[in-house]
Amino acid sequence: MTEPVVQIRDLHFARGERMIFDGIDLDIEPDGVTAIMGPSGTGKTTLLKLIGGQLRPQSGSIRVYGEEVTGLSRHGLFELRKKMGMLFQSGALLTDINVFENVAYPIREHTRLPDALIRDLVLMKLQAVGLRGASAMMPSELSGGMARRVALARAIALDPMMVMYDEPFTGQDPISKGILVKLIRELNDALGLTSIVVSHDVLETAAIADYVYLLSQGKVIEHGKPEALLASDSEWARQFLDGKADGPVAFHYPAADFRDDLLRGGRA
Amino acid sequence: MLDALQKLGRVTLGFFQRLGRGHLFLLQIFTTIPGVLIRPRLILTQLYTVGVLTLLIILVSGLFVGLVLGLQGYNTLVDFGAEDSLGVMVALSLVRELGPVVAALLFAGRAGSALTAEIGLMKATEQLSGMEMMAVDPVQRVVTPRFLASFISLPLLAAIFSAIGIYGGYLVGVGLLGVDDGAFWGQMQDKVDLQGDVYNGIIKSIVFGFVAGWIALFEGYDAVPTAAGVSRATTRTVVHTSLAVLGLDFVLTALMFGD
Ligand SMILES: Nc1ncnc2c1ncn2[C@@H]1O[C@H](COP(=O)(O)OP(=O)(O)O)[C@@H](O)[C@H]1O
Ligand SMILES: [Mg+2]
Repeated sequence: MTEPVVQIRDLHFARGERMIFDGIDLDIEPDGVTAIMGPSGTGKTTLLKLIGGQLRPQSGSIRVYGEEVTGLSRHGLFELRKKMGMLFQSGALLTDINVFENVAYPIREHTRLPDALIRDLVLMKLQAVGLRGASAMMPSELSGGMARRVALARAIALDPMMVMYDEPFTGQDPISKGILVKLIRELNDALGLTSIVVSHDVLETAAIADYVYLLSQGKVIEHGKPEALLASDSEWARQFLDGKADGPVAFHYPAADFRDDLLRGGRA
Repeated sequence: MLDALQKLGRVTLGFFQRLGRGHLFLLQIFTTIPGVLIRPRLILTQLYTVGVLTLLIILVSGLFVGLVLGLQGYNTLVDFGAEDSLGVMVALSLVRELGPVVAALLFAGRAGSALTAEIGLMKATEQLSGMEMMAVDPVQRVVTPRFLASFISLPLLAAIFSAIGIYGGYLVGVGLLGVDDGAFWGQMQDKVDLQGDVYNGIIKSIVFGFVAGWIALFEGYDAVPTAAGVSRATTRTVVHTSLAVLGLDFVLTALMFGD
């Protein structure tokens, strides 16, 4: 069997008092699309930041391409990140330069290529996401879906081996959702990438994923092939997949007893 | 009582944590300076936005401060028949104190607040995180060029402020109130000491440029990444820079001219 691209073992991470990950094991196999799903606030974004080394866990191991992220120096991290592209939830485009320059940015920062070549590279990446015509536009002039595609072109600008997508479909209309779904799968196969897609859009994600992890309350609740998960009859998976308000994941955020709270009167 | 004590403890801890973060941040800036120096274009663009765009307000304010100094100085000096010393008085006030201090205060309002808001918004919109993930160090790429630009432009702006202020004093004194032209410039040349006055003024403005840049950039970088957080950080930049400049001015003046 091939070595997983990302291997997470017994990961613990807390923000202040609040435990976000309470012992997670997770493998991302090469060349596929792995989906990580879970309700908002479970820590999906946090997980991507841990994999990228932007956050450090309290304990546990995160190996990416065989390197222990938690032990890397800043320089080592930067070298590793050149192999990863990340698509932020907001797109995170640089707002003071246009689309072309945004995509050219990582190339200019990390290589000494001549301008003519950079131009060709950038146009190729923009062509791949269908936005070559928008290269002179400023980020503020783009629709949400276009901004994400530009961010995607930027994420693949340096030909990374792995791309992480943070909720690429959230807030998109059905058409741009469809475009993004198709793009993620096609780019993954055409460029031989390893993709990690974080999402809570069950159907879209299941349609392109080779493997799915379901997270909730700091744990991996289920994992497996999408067909198997969709057919799963575990209570938790059903609540998430069918969108029920109450179930193993409580509707209420943890709180003091309601009656006590009311009886305390004006004292907050 | 215990509540108040707890709160005091928390505030104190928070203060020292911030102070620590601020110094670490400065250290990060220092370590990235060599990487920025080999890409002077990064600094040049910032010199334009930080320095050149602040020039107009410096010119206008400098002129008015000089005009007022000329009027007030003349009124005081003429009672002692010493109006020929107007040039010295105007020049010394500007070069030693008003040039560096007022230029720094204006700089905090015009450039410092803009720097904080810009960096804070870049943080809030994940642009800084995005750079990190592209293996680009945001401190080196974004913060340090702006720091160097502040550090370079404030002394120049202060010098321009003083120069135009002296010219304002000349306009009022010689042009309007009839002070002798030769005496105005002659006494100034005679009494304003290059080492004691001009250099000390420059040292002050270098220190102020350092502090103004540091505070503005740290506030932006450390801002809570929300609209309210960035707005608070911007206000803090102006308030803290102004207080720091006035406080440091006293300390520096005491050290330089105290004996
Ligand atoms: N910078 C932060 N400081 C404190 N808590 C945070 C921060 N970012 C996220 N959190 C908390 O961490 C939890 C997980 O956040 P996140 O990873 O963004 O969730 P998801 O992406 O799954 O919606 C949330 O409860 C959130 O409130
Ligand atoms: Mg998220």
